[in-house]
Amino acid sequence: MAVNKSDLIERIYERQPHLTPKDVEVAVKTIVDGMAEALASGGRIEIRGFGSFVLNYRAPRTGRNPRTGEAVELSGRYVPHFKPGKQLREDVDRSRTNNPDEAAGEGRNANLPSLPPVE
Amino acid sequence: MTTLTKAALVEQLYETLGVNKREAKELVEMFFEEMSSALSHNVPVKLSGFGNFELRDKAERPGRNPKTGEEVPVSARRVVTFRPGQKLRQRVDNYAGAQSN
Repeated sequence: MAVNKSDLIERIYERQPHLTPKDVEVAVKTIVDGMAEALASGGRIEIRGFGSFVLNYRAPRTGRNPRTGEAVELSGRYVPHFKPGKQLREDVDRSRTNNPDEAAGEGRNANLPSLPPVE
Repeated sequence: MTTLTKAALVEQLYETLGVNKREAKELVEMFFEEMSSALSHNVPVKLSGFGNFELRDKAERPGRNPKTGEEVPVSARRVVTFRPGQKLRQRVDNYAGAQSN
């Protein structure tokens, strides 16, 4: 089970009933697009409590086509990297101690608490 | 290099949507709260066009205090990992390619 964009939209809408579902949908899509755009234009993202995204450089190297064994020159490139913030790291690790029989990533959406609406 | 923050996202929402500053701020806060909540309940998050946040259990491993050189075990833990989606990797790659040309 995983949470996707529509789940997030639904959950945020429940907490912001004075907005229209359309507003919340556009908001979530604008946030995700803004984040992708930031990285795609060489920038970084810093969200306190959640974490930061930076671009890591991968040096050029000679790779091999696994099928033919032929050498291929791979140019240097940037890949996005996420570093979780302190709060998120601690909260995530707590889920392991709280529920030791459940393997990583096997939590169920259905058990997510409803967070309080913002006043 | 530019850094995207919550404040910048709030500004983007305020300009794109017909919401006021307070609502824009709440939407941004809630977006990250809901993702953190899912991950903190061992539920992965998938954002199409961006990437997936996954959870992994790490076994205890030997470590070292870098300052003193003393051996200290790194305890078992659960961590979040981010796997950028194909589309985001491609976009980042295109940018890097444009820079080096």
